[in-house]
Amino acid sequence: MNHPSSASPARGANVSLQERAYRIRRNALRMGEVQGQGYIAQALGVADVLAVSYFHALKYRPNEPEWEGRDRFLLSIGHYAIALYSAMIEAGILPENELETYGGDDSRLPMSGMAAYTPGMEITGGSLGQGLGVAVGFCLGLKRKSNPAFVYNLLSDGELDEGSTWEAAMSASSHKLDNLIGIVDVNLMQADGPSTSISNFEPLGPKFEAFGWHVSRVDGNDIPALIAAFDAARALQAPKPRIIICDTKMAKGVPFLEARERNHFLRVEADEWAKALDVLDKARATAIIRGEP
Amino acid sequence: MTKLSKYTPRQVKLGPNGEPLKTSAMIASIAGPDQRTAPAPFGHALVKLAETRPDIVGMTADLSKYTDLFVFSKAYPDRFYQMGMAEAVLMSAAAGMAREGFTVFATTYAVFASRRAYDFICMAIAEENLNVKIVCALPGLTTGYGPSHQATEDIAIFRGLPNMTIIDPCDAHEISQATAAIVEHKGSVYMRLLRGNVPLVLDEYGYTFELGKAKVIRDGRDVLVISTGLMTMRALEAAKVLRADNVDVAVLHVPTIKPLDTATILAEASKGGRLVVVAENHSVVGGLGEAVAGTLMRAGVTPTFRQIGLPDEFLDAGALPTLHDRYGLSTEAVCRQIKGWL
Repeated sequence: MNHPSSASPARGANVSLQERAYRIRRNALRMGEVQGQGYIAQALGVADVLAVSYFHALKYRPNEPEWEGRDRFLLSIGHYAIALYSAMIEAGILPENELETYGGDDSRLPMSGMAAYTPGMEITGGSLGQGLGVAVGFCLGLKRKSNPAFVYNLLSDGELDEGSTWEAAMSASSHKLDNLIGIVDVNLMQADGPSTSISNFEPLGPKFEAFGWHVSRVDGNDIPALIAAFDAARALQAPKPRIIICDTKMAKGVPFLEARERNHFLRVEADEWAKALDVLDKARATAIIRGEP
Repeated sequence: MTKLSKYTPRQVKLGPNGEPLKTSAMIASIAGPDQRTAPAPFGHALVKLAETRPDIVGMTADLSKYTDLFVFSKAYPDRFYQMGMAEAVLMSAAAGMAREGFTVFATTYAVFASRRAYDFICMAIAEENLNVKIVCALPGLTTGYGPSHQATEDIAIFRGLPNMTIIDPCDAHEISQATAAIVEHKGSVYMRLLRGNVPLVLDEYGYTFELGKAKVIRDGRDVLVISTGLMTMRALEAAKVLRADNVDVAVLHVPTIKPLDTATILAEASKGGRLVVVAENHSVVGGLGEAVAGTLMRAGVTPTFRQIGLPDEFLDAGALPTLHDRYGLSTEAVCRQIKGWL
């Protein structure tokens, strides 16, 4: 198998965000293979968002996860842990050689993200609808300390069904939390089927606007568009929280998995993992030949 | 208890002096007419503690007035956070602030914390044992407003929650001391709160609150009442009344429900020949009574055991004194029950 060199290039190295996203996807597939199934489609779909978060937007020190000056990244959707571990391995916050412990006994990489288990994991997610409220508290605390760090909270479209998210949305705007950047992964798939058929959350942008948020909505698999949205969210002077709504494609980058209809919790045959990695590697090679970033 | 049909017409009920009986709503004090009281003991204690502890902040869900947190918000407006009538964000934001190093006092009514916000308290606060102190008014049966505001099962709910320290103070003296103690304690706490003009009782007995400690307030040879919260006040009153009938009642006050001071409870319950009665302002299901029963059973200590507490029912609305008598929490009702068991 054509694994890239195990040591991730340091942040600031001359590595494109596309390459980072590719390496995050690769980490996710390798972790998925350990368990044979999981939230792989979400991880592949959100990889570009995480590449831009961890290699463009966030301030952090890989060797000092509790550094007071860091931007806080809160994962309320605990099942996306596989995606965040993949990004944090690439970022050097987690060691790459623990990847194969994913979901195992005594692993630091449990299947649902928990603060007590994993360096760099700010909160215990999994009970959806809690993250944005906790983010409000982080933001209030940082403001009390005059700490200029941002608080990012990655939510999913399905999570918006939880009413507590909207309590938090109202509270964030009421407290003028300009240090809060929400990211919604709209991948249109929940446990019981397509998100908008479970509980229609659209029109999503106008909802957040009505709650007093600055809203941008982008193709979450378009890295330049993501960079622009993150930059705008950070640069905005208005005293309001910001939300970046990212429309992503489940299983992005592996077409035969993208094509699966029910892919919320993906089952992948044993021989398909190598195929999936191969598809990713070939697409990368093609992009390099074409001179794409 | 059988309730009258809502289609049965009613007559006006008058008190002993011919006055109409009024519902004691949220603002009522549980103090009797001649009782010594202290105003807003929690609010004043917190203000004093905050002088030397800049990490203390206060948060509420539109109930600063009825949880006495308004005393703090007036003294430290910039350290007070109004989260709106939204208990989910109150608890999750309290967790976030605690993660940033603050000691957070989050206040609401006991029903809303225990019933509505449980998952947020469980996963955002207790799972990481964060430094959030949840202080809640209207515990048990302390309002005549009906089941929407009567937290008859809050202790049962929180007893099952790992990491959560649970305190049910008796009076103003103890509330002040317990507030100081939970600031010092690192970790998550649920404290039941009496607010407004709160009775002063335990100062007369030279009592000092210690987190996790049960204390004998008075000794007696016939009956051991193991009580918590305002029922310790009622037990002490009942002990005085029963003395006239030559019944000698000891009162063991257990303000910390979790972790439970099992050593003291076992030592007292093992002193032979006494009827053991647990008295609490809470459902007989899942509260101090069952916690003590389990402790005794596991240790093989088997005195005659009885419970004074609220029935496993949705309780009536009405005037609080009537309800305390109806459900067995008034001093008279406590005396009546104990005499019936002797």
